[in-house]
Amino acid sequence: MKRLYKVELATKLADRVYEYWISAPQVAQHARAGQFLILRLHEKGERIPLTISAVRGDAVRVIFMTVGKTTQELATLRAGDSIMDVAGPLGKPSEIASYGTCCVVGGGVGIASMPLIVEELKAAGNHVIGIIGARSADLLILEDELRGICDEVYITTDDGSKGVHGFAADVLKELLGERAIDRVWIIGPAIMMKVTSGVTAPYGVKTYVSLNPIMVDGTGMCGSCRVTVGGETKFACVDGPEFDAHQVDFAELMQRQRIYTGQEKVSLERFAEHQCRCGEGGDHHG
Amino acid sequence: MGDRPADIRIRDFEEVDTGLSPGEAIAEAERCIQCKKPLCVTGCPVCIDIPAFIHKVAEGDFRGAARALKEQNMLPAICGRVCPQETQCEGACVLGIKATPIRIGALERFVADWERQDGVELPKTARPTGKRVAVVGSGPAGLTAAADLARAGHTVTIFESLHEAGGVLTYGIPAFRLPEDVVRAEIDQVLDLGVRLKKNHLVGRSVSVDELLGYDAVFLATGAGLPAFMGIPGENYNGVYSANEFLTRVNLMHADAFPEFDTPVLHGGRVAVIGGGNVAMDAARVARRMGAKVFLVYRRREEDMPARKAEVLHAKEEGIEFLTCTNPTRILGEGGCVFGLECVEMSLCDLDASGRPSPEPIPGSEFTLDVDMVIQAIGTGPNPLLVSLIPGLERARRGNVIVDENGRTSIPHVYAGGDIATGAATVIEAMGSAKRAAAAINEMLSEE
Ligand SMILES: Cc1cc2nc3c(=O)[nH]c(=O)nc-3n(C[C@H](O)[C@H](O)[C@H](O)COP(=O)(O)OP(=O)(O)OC[C@H]3O[C@@H](n4cnc5c(N)ncnc54)[C@H](O)[C@@H]3O)c2cc1C
Ligand SMILES: Cc1cc2nc3c(=O)[nH]c(=O)nc-3n(C[C@H](O)[C@H](O)[C@H](O)COP(=O)(O)OP(=O)(O)OC[C@H]3O[C@@H](n4cnc5c(N)ncnc54)[C@H](O)[C@@H]3O)c2cc1C
Ligand code: FES
Repeated sequence: MKRLYKVELATKLADRVYEYWISAPQVAQHARAGQFLILRLHEKGERIPLTISAVRGDAVRVIFMTVGKTTQELATLRAGDSIMDVAGPLGKPSEIASYGTCCVVGGGVGIASMPLIVEELKAAGNHVIGIIGARSADLLILEDELRGICDEVYITTDDGSKGVHGFAADVLKELLGERAIDRVWIIGPAIMMKVTSGVTAPYGVKTYVSLNPIMVDGTGMCGSCRVTVGGETKFACVDGPEFDAHQVDFAELMQRQRIYTGQEKVSLERFAEHQCRCGEGGDHHG
Repeated sequence: MGDRPADIRIRDFEEVDTGLSPGEAIAEAERCIQCKKPLCVTGCPVCIDIPAFIHKVAEGDFRGAARALKEQNMLPAICGRVCPQETQCEGACVLGIKATPIRIGALERFVADWERQDGVELPKTARPTGKRVAVVGSGPAGLTAAADLARAGHTVTIFESLHEAGGVLTYGIPAFRLPEDVVRAEIDQVLDLGVRLKKNHLVGRSVSVDELLGYDAVFLATGAGLPAFMGIPGENYNGVYSANEFLTRVNLMHADAFPEFDTPVLHGGRVAVIGGGNVAMDAARVARRMGAKVFLVYRRREEDMPARKAEVLHAKEEGIEFLTCTNPTRILGEGGCVFGLECVEMSLCDLDASGRPSPEPIPGSEFTLDVDMVIQAIGTGPNPLLVSLIPGLERARRGNVIVDENGRTSIPHVYAGGDIATGAATVIEAMGSAKRAAAAINEMLSEE
């Protein structure tokens, strides 16, 4: 009776960043740009949301950074292992249309969300500029893939080890000064989305950000994911996750992301201890 | 047997009511005078032949009693525990006029529990008809319709968005009122009739509307799971929950057993629960079991509370402090965390449309309740996601799907029942509407 979702491919992309292909037909067959899935590793697991980064046949790709217990445990799975539950696709698809020139900006692991958005924007006839930023060159992901589908790609690193020395916001600002950009998508850590979308505001360019509050069901029945947009409470899992950047209360979002900081630490320490005892602390991904 | 002492039961999530022993059940059943025109049956939304099953209990024929119950109700162990019998079968019992009514709920539970221990007998199913029916949602409405349609020989698939079936029975009602294994066992009985369950399938997303409408018949049972918030300042501070979120974290995700289970939940030291229904009582009693001092804040009087009387009594026994005629106006916080709930006292004036006195704030009566967590249990609305995606499906202003008495919607082969059609109601009303819809679907399919 129990349907298990198989890991088809597990690859390490960068320090603490992993690419997984998971077989989940009902998700793969319906996934659109901007949507996510929720997975639960086992009977005792938490439900965590991850963006759908690509689709191939009945499998979906997720790219995640290990930040706590569940993502670390996920990273121990190898090809052939199973995940107990995968639900999705969840959330509203991105608002794709023929706009003209679009800029899609990804920061860190947020770059994972870009391919599907870029592909759909291209298919709708847009000229698409990709900007990818990371702390340093070794943390940049999906560069080749995005070069293959974007019309132009710009790279930034905080430490200058590759591309422009600085932030994605700097490149975006320059582009906005030089030419007409009709729509902007920004996906990354909350603080990066806040800062980067601040750049587009003076130009009045409609800008979408993909919000990542703490979720439980992902179907609109709990309100854990509530965010304030334009002074109104919205449920990110069903009303989003993409919202008009210039209306988002980022301070509240970041506040709410910290609700369980204390417990997350306990959970992670307990997991690390268990891994040590079982001699499984190592990295299988080579 | 009966209720476990409050000071012991607040330390765990074990069942409060321990149920009847066989001797007690027979003695209770023997009190039934077997009315010729039994009023209890008219009080039952699924029309269980109550005198018949009670007669079997009185004879000590528990197997026969189980058969009689299962004729109309595939979820008796659940209903016996959570139905508001005082306003239904027991409320109608003639013995109640002079003395106490027969404890029909307790007997129903006894029989179902006995059968679960002794071995479950499945009702017969008709020959396969080859017709495919999709049921959306696995709460009491979806399960009941699925069972009746499977018994009629149709091929039934239930789609459920969560990783467990049961709807509110699984994520909402806590284990001390409705143990998880009881719910699982009755769901399994429905699945054993040949019903397919597809978990992790959010219809409208994981299954397209076109795929759904491609079934020979569709039954929508997506419930009223959309939590309402009061709209007062401070609502998004960390430490403010909807009852749905708080209960889901504990019941579905077992956050009370964190870190053994991975999902966390905040443990308030002093918790305010806002509301006066079953949901508020459940949230308050769960918070109590997690060690909090709990205040229940309700804007009308205790006698106006929509919760079952037994739940109110249990909550009080467990030390929940009731602040009635009190309305919250603002949640106070610092650094994103809650430190108080500003309230105002209410006076009760004229009766409103619902026949209850409408509360008005008393000027100058404002006070602050010292709490570090707030749970809002002020109601839920119909789940909008799927029903808003189905073109041509008519809905009322409050968002519920419009149906006739047989669950027919504005689309010919699409039916709806349970909370999505009625707005938040009860388990047994959801089941009753599902039975009527299943009968209508069956009729439609056999005419084709
Ligand atoms: C719509 C959406 C899409 C996302 N897509 C990606 C992605 O593609 N790649 C990626 O690496 N991360 C993504 N995230 C974030 C990811 O869900 C969290 O990193 C993950 O839940 C952390 O779990 P943990 O147990 O490893 O860490 P924890 O130690 O539990 O938490 C670390 C941080 O993650 C956040 N978090 C914790 N639990 C949840 C939860 N249940 N739901 C959401 N956030 C939580 C908290 O803010 C916390 O501070 C996404 C989040 C959302 C809401
Ligand atoms: C805390 C609480 C306590 C209660 N206590 C009592 C009580 O003591 N007695 C009583 O009689 N009633 C009680 N009720 C009310 C009762 O539980 C509900 O009236 C009843 O569960 C409604 O049944 P339903 O099948 O219509 O919906 P639900 O039980 O809400 O089930 C709906 C199901 O559909 C799923 N779903 C929704 N949308 C989709 C979709 N698009 N695709 C797939 N699946 C979907 C949901 O995940 C859910 O599992 C209580 C309610 C709550 C919240
Ligand atoms: S995660 Fe529960 S409503 Fe969005």
